[in-house]
Amino acid sequence: MSLVAEMNQRALALGLPLSVHLDVTYRCNERCVHCYLDHDDLGELTTEEIKDVLRQLADAGVFFLVLSGGEVLMRRDFLEILEYARSLLFNVKIKTNGVMIKEKEARRFRELGVEQIQISVYSHRAEVHDAITKLPGSWKKTIRAIRFLKSQGLKVTMANVLMTPNLDDNAGTIALAKELGVWYTIDPTITPKIDGDVSVLSYRAPAEALREVFRNKELVGDVETFCAPPPDVSEDILDGYPCSAGHTACYISPYGDVFPCVQFPLPSGNVRNQSFLEIWQNSTQLREVRSIRARDLPTCSTCAHVGTCSRCPGLAYMEGNMRGPSSADCEKSFQRTGIPSANMLKKAAFGEHGNLIQIQPLA
Amino acid sequence: MAQKYIAKSSAIAARMLGGEMMIMSAKDSTFFTLNEVATVIWQAADGRTPLSEIVSQRLCQEFDVEPAVAARDAEQFVDELSQHGILLVSDTPIRDVASVSESK
Repeated sequence: MSLVAEMNQRALALGLPLSVHLDVTYRCNERCVHCYLDHDDLGELTTEEIKDVLRQLADAGVFFLVLSGGEVLMRRDFLEILEYARSLLFNVKIKTNGVMIKEKEARRFRELGVEQIQISVYSHRAEVHDAITKLPGSWKKTIRAIRFLKSQGLKVTMANVLMTPNLDDNAGTIALAKELGVWYTIDPTITPKIDGDVSVLSYRAPAEALREVFRNKELVGDVETFCAPPPDVSEDILDGYPCSAGHTACYISPYGDVFPCVQFPLPSGNVRNQSFLEIWQNSTQLREVRSIRARDLPTCSTCAHVGTCSRCPGLAYMEGNMRGPSSADCEKSFQRTGIPSANMLKKAAFGEHGNLIQIQPLA
Repeated sequence: MAQKYIAKSSAIAARMLGGEMMIMSAKDSTFFTLNEVATVIWQAADGRTPLSEIVSQRLCQEFDVEPAVAARDAEQFVDELSQHGILLVSDTPIRDVASVSESK
């Protein structure tokens, strides 16, 4: 077991929040077509409020801190917040679109010992990227930022989202990441907007694109292992918990709302009304999330994929039931292994074809 | 023998977790867990207190350990962490951590 995995096990046993994702703003200079956020300031935490929250997080035992948005640099006090976070010795990862990062910001990130910067790049072609971000010239500025960050010796990850406008660009974007000397990740997850609007789901990649990604050894490593049928379901698997959301991790919005995860919009408290630790330890919602084991999931516990599925409880919650299936993950499991999920079979049996209509047999 | 001063690098993340200090280097992402004795040295690494004083005033006082053994173990610990850039070592007091880091 790696030290990080060991650390996670220990945090789980001690009931500690090892990782927190803090969005410092929802404001953004881009308007990405697939984004789940609005971009208004509805009363963001002030600089001092954020510093107070950071102190509370450090006291609570948080080690990994993700600072994200919106675009973090839309806050004029972002470097002050970052400096303060680093003075509290968090391991800090920044998620940004990079548009506002120039040499000065890159140098400051290095001086402050930022662990990693994740930058959204949706294509190796400027026109495709800019059409997604709706900000002309954004690709050029983002790539320039990556070069600035690399010149400072920082670790950079290029994060792509697989969606209908960039389906043909994955190979080219991987090549661009290699050329720039940065890591590359691609995520096919597109979630409904924060206000419940599901129109963005039309950007979800179709089945054949998922299948292709899951069989790309540059992305998944050993394809045979990655796409192997799931192992037999054991008692250990059924006693397992779905993911770290609410167990060793949580999310805090720019307004101080605490949620189990950035993708799990179950309001669990607000740091303006209660201390972080009080919310973490006593929130009814977080306690409920923590109480759920795989065997408590009515449909998923009967599914062959239960031990290996990427089932997101937040997406399930957004579908209407945090104990229910997440259809997007059913689709991923199916496209990965060729074995339909229990949810798909149930829908087929009851005549609710829904997603099944879109599924095509493996070649 | 020259005095040795130690200070925590600015390029690390650290947190006490269940009684153990967890440290991660931002430079190479190396992870360390420190035992109780090493944690005392780590916490005392203020750049101003000589290592010999940390050994005599903290380790030998707080743990039942021979001075020679404590000194040897402390030296070994400091060498290892300094190789990963986690502790900064100087033969003069360290006032500006950034300047020592930059010179590495």
